[in-house]
Amino acid sequence: MSNDTNATITRIAEIIIDELKLEDVTPASFDPDLDLVDEVGVDSMDLATIALVLRDEYSIRIDEDDYPKLTTVRFIAEYIIDKQNSSE
Amino acid sequence: MITVSSLLDDHWHERYKKISKLNIRSSIYDVTNRCNLRCKGCFFFSSGEHEVAPEEKDIEKWHEFVEKEMDRGVNLAILIGGEPTLCLDRVEAFYKRLPTFCATNGLIKVPRDRFPDMMVGISLWGDADDEKTLRGNDTFVVSSANYEGDPHAYYLYTITPKQLGKTEHIIKKIKDVGLKVHMQLLSNDEGVDGFTWQPEELVAIREEMDSMLDTYPETVISSKYYHEIITTGKMLGRSFGWAECPSVTEPLDNRDPRPKRLTNFIRWSSGLDSMHRCCTSETRDCRTCKDGAAHMSWVMVNKRAHIKTTKDLQNWIEVYEMFAKLYQFIPW
Repeated sequence: MSNDTNATITRIAEIIIDELKLEDVTPASFDPDLDLVDEVGVDSMDLATIALVLRDEYSIRIDEDDYPKLTTVRFIAEYIIDKQNSSE
Repeated sequence: MITVSSLLDDHWHERYKKISKLNIRSSIYDVTNRCNLRCKGCFFFSSGEHEVAPEEKDIEKWHEFVEKEMDRGVNLAILIGGEPTLCLDRVEAFYKRLPTFCATNGLIKVPRDRFPDMMVGISLWGDADDEKTLRGNDTFVVSSANYEGDPHAYYLYTITPKQLGKTEHIIKKIKDVGLKVHMQLLSNDEGVDGFTWQPEELVAIREEMDSMLDTYPETVISSKYYHEIITTGKMLGRSFGWAECPSVTEPLDNRDPRPKRLTNFIRWSSGLDSMHRCCTSETRDCRTCKDGAAHMSWVMVNKRAHIKTTKDLQNWIEVYEMFAKLYQFIPW
């Protein structure tokens, strides 16, 4: 895994922790493969909130239809990197 | 970090997994502005909702409308009215396309050759005396004959303050006709004397509802957490009301901050071109609203808030299961 991907994963974890006010976890300790929906209880409203922050941070648009794919921090990171690469 | 797995043992985790992917997207539809009863306390008539828009009479427009609703992501149609069974062709427009629930007073039998597995919720407002006082008719006599033993029907028993100490009689009657029952509380929208809940009555009815669930677990579809929420109006220290209600029509929802809410929820009038504010009457005081579905949904949309302790999460699972059973997403 590249340093860029690692950095993206850590930043996304930080955004999720901040936006959802998650307790007892840090960006470094956040398991990037943890299922956000099943294990953390993230719902579509949470995802919409997170998507707005990610849009501003990474200058990408996240379609609502793609929410079901964004179930882990790692999947979100890969999605963002793909979007950035395809727009270059 | 607290996760679902860290809070649940294998049994509860299996139950959780069965409901966690359901992704229910409901909306509510007034099928008609007409009814064959005029009940005191019916929010539809008492708030003038039957006059909001003339009902759409072209059945082709209903078919087109349901297609558009499906495109909007709706996967559960909750049909109310008026009395939906007065317009079965409109009911069929929904039923042919997506999971459909039909609320009815039970006076007209839904023909099972045409709607073999449509879930039917039959309203019941208490014992014969209450029914006659509030509805002018003891509907149970007719509705129980129409639906006896029907596996796709249940009673929506609206408990009134006059029912304290009498609920077991009703539950037994329902059990004896081979049906299930879900309990909710009267909101008394028309202020009928003696039918407004007093605080001590709410405490007492909660105990009675708990007892009915313990005594008749095969008949009563409910959960003790739901009883707590609907009788106290409190969840996790928060109070139910306009700022918290999940069942506000989305395009009309101008609340800021926006609370957790049902995704894409709309309550449509039978004109199909206008919407009502919420799942019940906009003349109702939200602080004292006792709408059962709104309180269930309040719990369901606040999943993350319940991922704090094992008991909180188990409570959430039980309420979600109750909802899923009432709308046939999981078996009884």
